[in-house]
Amino acid sequence: MKPTAKEYDKLNQQASKNTKSYITIPKAFVIGGLICMLGQAFIDLYQHFGVEKSVASTLCSVTLVFLASLLTGLNVYNKIAKHGGAGTLVPITGFSNAVTCSAMEFKSEGLILGLGAKIFTIAGPVIVYGLAASALYGLILCIIRLF
Amino acid sequence: MRSYLIITEMEMVLMYLKVFLVGGLLCAVGQVLIDYTKLTPARILVSYVVAGVALGAVGIYEQLVEFAGAGATVPLTGFGYLLAKGVKEAVAANGFLGILTGGLTAASAGIAAAILFGLIMALLFKPQDKS
Repeated sequence: MKPTAKEYDKLNQQASKNTKSYITIPKAFVIGGLICMLGQAFIDLYQHFGVEKSVASTLCSVTLVFLASLLTGLNVYNKIAKHGGAGTLVPITGFSNAVTCSAMEFKSEGLILGLGAKIFTIAGPVIVYGLAASALYGLILCIIRLF
Repeated sequence: MRSYLIITEMEMVLMYLKVFLVGGLLCAVGQVLIDYTKLTPARILVSYVVAGVALGAVGIYEQLVEFAGAGATVPLTGFGYLLAKGVKEAVAANGFLGILTGGLTAASAGIAAAILFGLIMALLFKPQDKS
């Protein structure tokens, strides 16, 4: 049996009844804010040890990506994400979590077309459209330079 | 440029407050999108990156990064900003070739880290029940 669009909406609303925005939005705010503060702490730490600012920022991203990936493997990140919502999705840790999650989930379908292909399930669209947008910007810059 | 050591405690507290507020706000916007629109998480991540490229291109995001540091660079809009910044610098240095090289060069560390750590963790750990 296939539900009609209207029935589906109703089912959907029933299923997502327990997500109340006055709870989910502040939670996302606090958890996302805390993850960013952790990132700032890493930047400050690396700069404290004499690393240049832009390199410290890159190292911070790599550190957060590593931590999120490890915590995903240990099934800890997913538990935080249940509360964090967008607070755990929007930071770069959410990107890392999505990549590791897809890789783990599809390992059972084989290392090449399972893990190797599906690791890009979320990373792929992000890279494709991010790259396309940046290339368009580059093209505009080049055209402006001609005049 | 001031050295890290002479930044007063007060300035540091203020900086972390700004990081928390801007980072939190960017995440709260994402939660509003999840709660009130039917955007899937993947669509939200793509929107954030593209928005970051656009805001980086018009120069707004640069100011946000100066204002809030990691509060602006850690959310995925920061990833988009990085792509735009990379392209701008590469076009300035190499012209047309920069359109192709700039974005991925600037974002390479983050992408490589996500893929490599993802591969390692997937080989080490088994997925668990989502109960």
